Amino acid sequence: MVATAVQGGRPRRPRRSWPGALAALVGLAVLVLVPVAFAWLRDPGGIEAALVGGLDLLGADAAAEALRDRGMTPLSAKAFTAVVAILVGVGGVWAYFLAGDAVLEHVVPSRLRAPLRAWLFVGPAIALVGVFLVFPFVATIWTSIVEDGGFVDNYRFALTDRAMLIAFRNNVLWLVLGTGGSVLIGLVFAGLVDRVKREALAKTFIFLPLAISFVGASVIWRFVYAWRPAGEPQIGIVNAIVTGLGSEPVPWIQTPWLNTFALIAIMVWLQTGFAMVILSAAIKGVPSEVMEAARIDGANERQLFVRVVLPMIRGTVLTVATTIFIAILKVFDIVYVMTGGKFETEVVANRMFSEMFRFRNFGRASALAVVLLVVVVPVMVLNIRRLRTQGFRA
Amino acid sequence: MTTTTPPPPLAAPGPLTRLRLRTGGTRLGARSPLVRVLVVVICALWSMPTVGLLISSFRHPADISSSGWWTVLAHPFETAQWTVANYAAVLGSQGMANAFLNSLIVTIPATLIPISLAAFAAYAFAWMRFRGRTMLFVVVVGLLVVPLQMTLVPLLRLFLQFDLAGTFVGTWLAHTGFGLPLAIYLLYNYMADLPRELFESAFVDGASHHTAFLRLALPLSFPALAAFAIFQFLWVWNDLLVALVFLGTRSEVGVVTAQLNELVGTRGDSWHLLTAGAFLTMAVPVAVFLLLQRYFVRGLLAGAVKG
Repeated sequence: MVATAVQGGRPRRPRRSWPGALAALVGLAVLVLVPVAFAWLRDPGGIEAALVGGLDLLGADAAAEALRDRGMTPLSAKAFTAVVAILVGVGGVWAYFLAGDAVLEHVVPSRLRAPLRAWLFVGPAIALVGVFLVFPFVATIWTSIVEDGGFVDNYRFALTDRAMLIAFRNNVLWLVLGTGGSVLIGLVFAGLVDRVKREALAKTFIFLPLAISFVGASVIWRFVYAWRPAGEPQIGIVNAIVTGLGSEPVPWIQTPWLNTFALIAIMVWLQTGFAMVILSAAIKGVPSEVMEAARIDGANERQLFVRVVLPMIRGTVLTVATTIFIAILKVFDIVYVMTGGKFETEVVANRMFSEMFRFRNFGRASALAVVLLVVVVPVMVLNIRRLRTQGFRA
Repeated sequence: MTTTTPPPPLAAPGPLTRLRLRTGGTRLGARSPLVRVLVVVICALWSMPTVGLLISSFRHPADISSSGWWTVLAHPFETAQWTVANYAAVLGSQGMANAFLNSLIVTIPATLIPISLAAFAAYAFAWMRFRGRTMLFVVVVGLLVVPLQMTLVPLLRLFLQFDLAGTFVGTWLAHTGFGLPLAIYLLYNYMADLPRELFESAFVDGASHHTAFLRLALPLSFPALAAFAIFQFLWVWNDLLVALVFLGTRSEVGVVTAQLNELVGTRGDSWHLLTAGAFLTMAVPVAVFLLLQRYFVRGLLAGAVKG
């Protein structure tokens, strides 16, 4: 008895006191209310009904009546939804944790607290990952096997249909030229920009497209590629240059083969900044002594870059290339907005969207998603293996 | 990132804290005029498409279709050639103001909810020991690069069944689910690198995990939280795929990217509307990006890009 008290050190808080029980009760109520509030938010009219109810409750009959009669203006209803959403969504998350903590402290026997607290912390995130990623992952594979024409038919279409062969050819072009172009230009610019005065400013110019959406970029480049019949003034800068040099204007977006290259250029424009920033940091990480030594040995600047710097940042180049590769593999928006997959510009991700959303061929669409997945599996495995060797404290 | 870009990482090159970005260094050799010219040319080439869009969005519709945007560079101060009517048209009759509001309604909760959830989860992975911890984390890391396309068909069906299709709530939940692996991974890397002694002495002094999380882990992880917030904000704001599949294009819920895409489809030759509309959709992410570039770059360098 005495020994335990001494060992325990701190005086223990009395448990199951009234405020404690109350906190737990409030906690349980919050735990129930957050999902209810979310369910209620689904219906846009629900907000209005709740507001009317609230005004009734407060005794503001005239205001409630007015609202019932005229309804809310769309703008105010929307603004109100947004505010309630943020309160319920974000407030709800935090209320859940505080309430869960109160329940743990006051209701749960102390022996169970440690494991339950861990689950209180990871539970909601894991549950959402389960519902939004793990379950669909399995369900998509299943759908690709049992729906539409079944396994054989879906994958025969995915791998051998003429339209799909064009998509694969284009995807290969995208992956090779898009990844290669972004990394190469990013690398060259990172090497060059290290040698000018206003480096940060110059980098911002290249980096900025990274903040622009694929849709926005598509509109920007539709304008760049804009085509008018010969003889009319060209408003797209590319065709203005082409006609200025004396050639016929080219309908870049409608001309097969050329158009895929034109679309890939958009992706390179967007992704080069990403490559440049990471590679620039890697270049700055090369020790000065190494570079000095190479210079003393008589290396010129280009040799220094190609023979000394490049081998030292090889790992980073590979990481950057992989990341861009995966981004390009999933490219959908650019093709969807620019051509919708017409004029032989189809890619797998856009076809997957069409099969799902336009033709409602869920089995085929799922098979195409699985094809995309198979390509990234090596990267998944690599990520997990790296985790095991470094980083994660088991 | 793109970003939306974004497709995730091979495991990170190193914690956010240790990065020092030196700028203006001349270690790669002397400044030469040739290098300077090359840099300026590339910068000009890279900004030209955006500049053309911006200039055109302020020109009269008839001017846009009768002469190239670069012709104004010869006489930029003729005020009669400039107008903001394109913006008024696209905001009003083309519904962009409404879509803008919808985008805010989608993006803000879809950024804040996953950060909150991921912060708790990352803390648990970093500082608690529980059964299944390693396995769960492996799953999270494995999911970093899974193409979104793998989830669309089953989720669309699930949403139809639970009346979540075409609602903001469903879209927040979807973006939250898709953003969580990266958020957990990024925050875990940061939180696990916080000094162990700090937490040990807090626990010795009687702090609970709850206190340690709120008072130590959360404030100290600010750079990582900011980095993820920017990624997620840009990703959600710029997203078209999730918006088309789960939210749709009705004016009650359609976001700016969906609305701009509609404009391309219905008014594909009305360049005065397209340029102004495109610039409006870009304004918010570009502003966020320029203001918070420092956190964004740190986040990128910590191995965080999402797809």
